[in-house]
Amino acid sequence: MIVLPKVAVAMSGGVDSSVAAALLVAEGYPVIGIMLRLWSEPGAENENRCCTPDAMAQARRVAAQLGIQFYAIDARQRFHDTVVQTFLSGYVQGLTPNPCVVCNRLIRWGLLLDTALAMGAEKMATGHYARLRTLEDGTVQLLKGIDPRKDQSYILSSLSQDQLNHALLPLGEYQKSQVRELARNFGLPVAERSESQDLCFLAGQDYRQFLGRHAPEALKPGPIVDRRGSILGEHRGLAFYTVGQRKGIGIAFPEPLYVLNKDMHTNTLVVGPVSELGQDTLQAHHVNWTSGSVPQGPFPADVKIRYKAELARATIFPLEGDQARLVFEHPMRDITPGQLVVFYNNEMVVGGGLIAR
Amino acid sequence: MNIGTDQPVYLDYAATTPVDERVLAVMLPYFTDFYGNPSSIHYFGQQAERALENARRVVAECLNARNDEIIFTACGTESDNLALRGVAFAQRKLKNANHILISPVEHHAVANTARQLAEEFGFEVEFLPVDEFGRVDPNDVTAMIRPETALVSVIYANNEIGTINPVSQIGLICHQKGIPFHTDAVQAAAHLPIDVQADLVDLLSVGGHKLYGPKGVGALYVRRGTPIMPVETGGKQEGGLRAGTQNVPYIVGMAEAFQLAQIERQSRAGQLVPLRDHLIERILAVVPRARLTGHPVERLPNHASFVFEKVDGNLLLMLLNEAGFACSSGSACKVGAPEPSEILTAIGLSRNWSLGSLRLTLGRQTTLEHVDRLINVLPSLVEKTRTLQVT
Repeated sequence: MIVLPKVAVAMSGGVDSSVAAALLVAEGYPVIGIMLRLWSEPGAENENRCCTPDAMAQARRVAAQLGIQFYAIDARQRFHDTVVQTFLSGYVQGLTPNPCVVCNRLIRWGLLLDTALAMGAEKMATGHYARLRTLEDGTVQLLKGIDPRKDQSYILSSLSQDQLNHALLPLGEYQKSQVRELARNFGLPVAERSESQDLCFLAGQDYRQFLGRHAPEALKPGPIVDRRGSILGEHRGLAFYTVGQRKGIGIAFPEPLYVLNKDMHTNTLVVGPVSELGQDTLQAHHVNWTSGSVPQGPFPADVKIRYKAELARATIFPLEGDQARLVFEHPMRDITPGQLVVFYNNEMVVGGGLIAR
Repeated sequence: MNIGTDQPVYLDYAATTPVDERVLAVMLPYFTDFYGNPSSIHYFGQQAERALENARRVVAECLNARNDEIIFTACGTESDNLALRGVAFAQRKLKNANHILISPVEHHAVANTARQLAEEFGFEVEFLPVDEFGRVDPNDVTAMIRPETALVSVIYANNEIGTINPVSQIGLICHQKGIPFHTDAVQAAAHLPIDVQADLVDLLSVGGHKLYGPKGVGALYVRRGTPIMPVETGGKQEGGLRAGTQNVPYIVGMAEAFQLAQIERQSRAGQLVPLRDHLIERILAVVPRARLTGHPVERLPNHASFVFEKVDGNLLLMLLNEAGFACSSGSACKVGAPEPSEILTAIGLSRNWSLGSLRLTLGRQTTLEHVDRLINVLPSLVEKTRTLQVT
């Protein structure tokens, strides 16, 4: 008889992680449920999108229904010190940070995985729509999920070989509609966690209110200029703007203006017409190569510069120090420093990093 | 722990205990055969009433009290609520008494009832100091008690750190001053001889499920003549102090369990004390940066409690459960937001220590093998939680 390894399932109370847990239980794995308790602003604990008391009670009910042990892991301080601080300092530096990237790397696949392993689990499973394939030499490849509309391989691109080796992604082979069907068959709740892209710790508020309380220096007004340096108006703080943004610049001009650049040193917002927007190169840093080794020489890839962006063709030039330079076939309009860029070879995630410029 | 095969070793007898089979056996007929309402005139009612009054006599004997001084309630918490609220309101009515004196190491049932009496009903609640072991100094009671004190409440033996208070000395002081003295003996009653005459206690709370009786039943001893008014109003049950049809099978069960606890007290302690002392000695020896909490000698015979520096106690409980040991801590939290316990803070522990608490409470099913297995795994689990905190 094969002894299956003990698996900790990262639960959220939502349909995906609940079905992931149920599938593993049905396959005979020894399963435990774990859930993160993340940081919220004092008073806003009930609004945290990832771990409201309701969501936790729901996850606990699912665990009870599946007959597995359930644990809530306190990550409040760690989350605050890493994810929230990176978010704040990112805006202060003029970036448009993606805190979920930091959370996935340091909290979900960091603290939570470490805790699962300390509990004696050999694997941690999540309800992400992505697939893993183990090669003969033991290398684990990260592949897109079967359901193109739900594919979440983008956010998992920062996982190392060690993390991928400990991962189980039971939903990658399923369509979302099949997962809903499975939930009904298992008698599990089919409630969805909010699909909004809001950050969990913003508790439904606009991020600028949050910045105003925690990093007011990111909201300092300054000049709006064009490429030639002519002052066109005053901005409300560079954190209000994202490269490629058109709406909300607040200047009357004969043609639509777009945010071209944010100069942190001079606290200047550079704007211009659509013809000046776009770049065909991109510099990425903090690059993770999922195979664990830096690819030899440049290679062509499909690239995603945001979670919901279309794939674009580019040539990737791996560089020293976890960096990479990308040259796109066609200029890209909304390359946003701070966001995650992910490189694909067909179905496989080759790597990803943060957009530096 | 492998799901569906081995259960963890249970080391949380201060949280609750399994019902003794002898207790279950005497309870069962009162669900189906002798189901009468003790307030009824008829045959069935009188049958139930006999059982109820017999249980009252048994509980009274266990406490060296009179039968009519025993009020049955739904749990130890309810007994504490009735004692505090019932006496506070009666004393205010009787002599305008507005002052309540409690310790900072009370169970939440006393502490939060006192808090509500302060916040919502205008009583002045004052806290006695405690030493590093969580013990009240009777001299402080003498110094702080006032003519307008409505009641004094000091826990008999603390649930979290196991420390036993000098109840009889406090009782004597309160008796001399003529101020009602309540003690929560929910933990103590399972292990210690309780004598309300010798201890000069006026009100004393017990519960069924800490001493191998059922959950959902408790009792309050109320000395004759103590000013008290009902909190639960309705019918005339329990001398008018606790309305509601008595839970006869549970009351019968609690009385049986209490009697067994008293009869077998010494043999149970004889089993528990060596295990407890072995556990304390070994854990302090093998776990770095560990301290015993509570009194080294004046503590419950089944109770070993610790703090570990820079350990997430909540996480340690999870690791222990996965390693096959069901334990508890002062900051146990099921939603991942643990806070240091008030009791560990009251005995002067900093946050670095108080968040890392572990309570091991032993019972009749505990063996030396259980204890040794725990001692073997604990150091590595403590180390794991310390590592997780810094990475």
